[in-house]
Amino acid sequence: MTLDVGTSRLDLGTGGEPADVLLKTRGLKKHFPVRKGILRRTVGQLQAVDGVDLDIFRGETVGLVGESGCGKSTLGRTVLRLLEPTAGEIEFDGVDVRRLGGSDLKAMRRHMQIVFQDSVGSLDPRMKVSDLVGEGLRIHGLESKRRDEAVVDVLERVGLSAEAANRYPHQFSGGQRQRIGLARALVLRPKFIVADEPVSALDVSIQSQVLNLLVELKQEFNLTYLFVAHDLAVVGYISDRVAVMYLGKIVELATSEELFRRPLHPYTMALLSANPEPVPGRKRQRVVLSGDVPSPINPPSGCRFRTRCPIAQPICAEVEPLLEDHGESHGAACHFAGTPLDGTRPPAA
Amino acid sequence: MTVPLLTVENLRTGFDTRDGFLRAVDGIDFQIEQGGTLAIVGESGSGKSVTALSVMRLIDRPGRIAEGTRILFDGRDLIRLEEAELERIRGNEISMIFQEPMTSLNPVFTVGDQIAEAVQLHQQVGADEAMERAVEMMELVGIPSPAQRVRDYPHQLSGGMRQRVMIAMALSCNPKLLIADEPTTALDVTVQAQILELMKELRERLGMAILLITHDLGVVAEMVDEVAVMYAGRIVERGPVAEIFASPQHPYTEALLDSIPLLGMRYSQPLKAIRGVVPSPLEWPQACRFAPRCDYTFAKCLAEDPPLLPVPPQESACWLCENGRRVPREAEAIA
Repeated sequence: MTLDVGTSRLDLGTGGEPADVLLKTRGLKKHFPVRKGILRRTVGQLQAVDGVDLDIFRGETVGLVGESGCGKSTLGRTVLRLLEPTAGEIEFDGVDVRRLGGSDLKAMRRHMQIVFQDSVGSLDPRMKVSDLVGEGLRIHGLESKRRDEAVVDVLERVGLSAEAANRYPHQFSGGQRQRIGLARALVLRPKFIVADEPVSALDVSIQSQVLNLLVELKQEFNLTYLFVAHDLAVVGYISDRVAVMYLGKIVELATSEELFRRPLHPYTMALLSANPEPVPGRKRQRVVLSGDVPSPINPPSGCRFRTRCPIAQPICAEVEPLLEDHGESHGAACHFAGTPLDGTRPPAA
Repeated sequence: MTVPLLTVENLRTGFDTRDGFLRAVDGIDFQIEQGGTLAIVGESGSGKSVTALSVMRLIDRPGRIAEGTRILFDGRDLIRLEEAELERIRGNEISMIFQEPMTSLNPVFTVGDQIAEAVQLHQQVGADEAMERAVEMMELVGIPSPAQRVRDYPHQLSGGMRQRVMIAMALSCNPKLLIADEPTTALDVTVQAQILELMKELRERLGMAILLITHDLGVVAEMVDEVAVMYAGRIVERGPVAEIFASPQHPYTEALLDSIPLLGMRYSQPLKAIRGVVPSPLEWPQACRFAPRCDYTFAKCLAEDPPLLPVPPQESACWLCENGRRVPREAEAIA
């Protein structure tokens, strides 16, 4: 496959310096076959991730935000090759991840870890915390004495006591189980962590504890995060840059400040206005999107957002808008990027 | 002076266990006016959902509502009513919608049948008339082409549409009170915004009162006028939403509001975290139940349980509020 790696349309480098890219994807796709009937014939492709170009720089947090079914979790898993990509390229620390196999892939996995939302489902209830956290070390061949030391050390760093090592997951609260999940990822000293909705299942008072911990750990371990979540305020809080996904594509990408200050894509504007905030009487422009997200099996032609977009024009059904730079390293995939949604007509295309 | 639609007095609900009576809701009082709105907000385990189920008298064994509780609805004490009388009130005068519309709808009947069934249970109408009413209700809740969609099964509808069907069913008998237990928690934000708009609009048109149960302070700000904050089975603060959010009087409310990242906040500014976890009913602290997690704890907090004290226009169950206003106080070392 030949893909144009060198000429990203979007230059998101840090000024003149050659940016230190840790993870790079080009044209990344993950489709799932849809099967029907007794012969289980493939009748369609669910386009969960459909052509994503993303650079994640060393030491930054990129947030991935979108509603259910937009492909954000699939993207998080595909960059780690927990799901095999359908097409496209993934480069991690200068290595083409898609070509790796066997022991090379295993060695690479040590540097790329994931933390899941569901701390009940992702921790084996019959394993002690010491075994759960030490499992990665065992797989990567660390002897058991040093393993115990490393486990206790990492448990303390995530705010659990050494005694926690001898207990079972059900003996912990949701927030503590999320800390165990973090310890499991951190014990291998990874460079990169995909955090897939790590605080969504937690109560607000516990959510802030875990968010603060994620920020501290990032500093302490020089981590790079891909933070996947549906809550725009949480994603904006923890991320340096935010990518907004809709139906398998990134529709807007900018620094967190820039995105809130100057949202360009109508979907981002709608998400911002729909976010309920504990500020009564807040005056704001309310954009209520009609309908639901269309099926990713048969996405709309042209711009995928056009069926719900308040400013859609005929061109939107015909020409797919690309993620283009609108200054300040701010990318948006919309023919009418920046048009306010207050009812004024967009400029004719 | 009008009589409130709903008055709950000293509600205590718990569960009989081998270790005795396990309290989930431990003596709360609240009122809702005709056409008024109240949100009960709290984290998991605070007792907010048990409160909602208690008002509907939907607490089953081993759970029970303790002696001494009064639930006055429109002049009747629901605690004293027989099951047959309750059935006439439930779904008719008080309706409830739940978080998960998929599990509340029957998958083998069309949504039209299910709405029509609710109508026929409570009103003396024939099958055709009930189905007409179902179509009207679906139109009211903004379901496009309702005459066709009445023949859909629940799985053919999206999550937002299913929640609209639940609302249509709940409102089909013009209830005086709608209890909404986390009505938008399972929905995406853009769909949540649609449902919240719909509920606000319907409240204005139909004039029903709403008791909203939620963990989301953002939804509270959008939907209601009055709020009660629950912690460990008690109401710790209540009053008008705007005042409570602008100047929370209870340290728990204050910490809760400070722990939520608002749009535009960045990680350079650490979030306020409440240390520890919500205690389980088995280990509720003596005296003030928030004291072990509170930044302002002093001797009295560990000795005596604070009642709701007036801090106009709010009420706050905190010893800092004894003189009608909250006095600032540094945390004292716990001896």
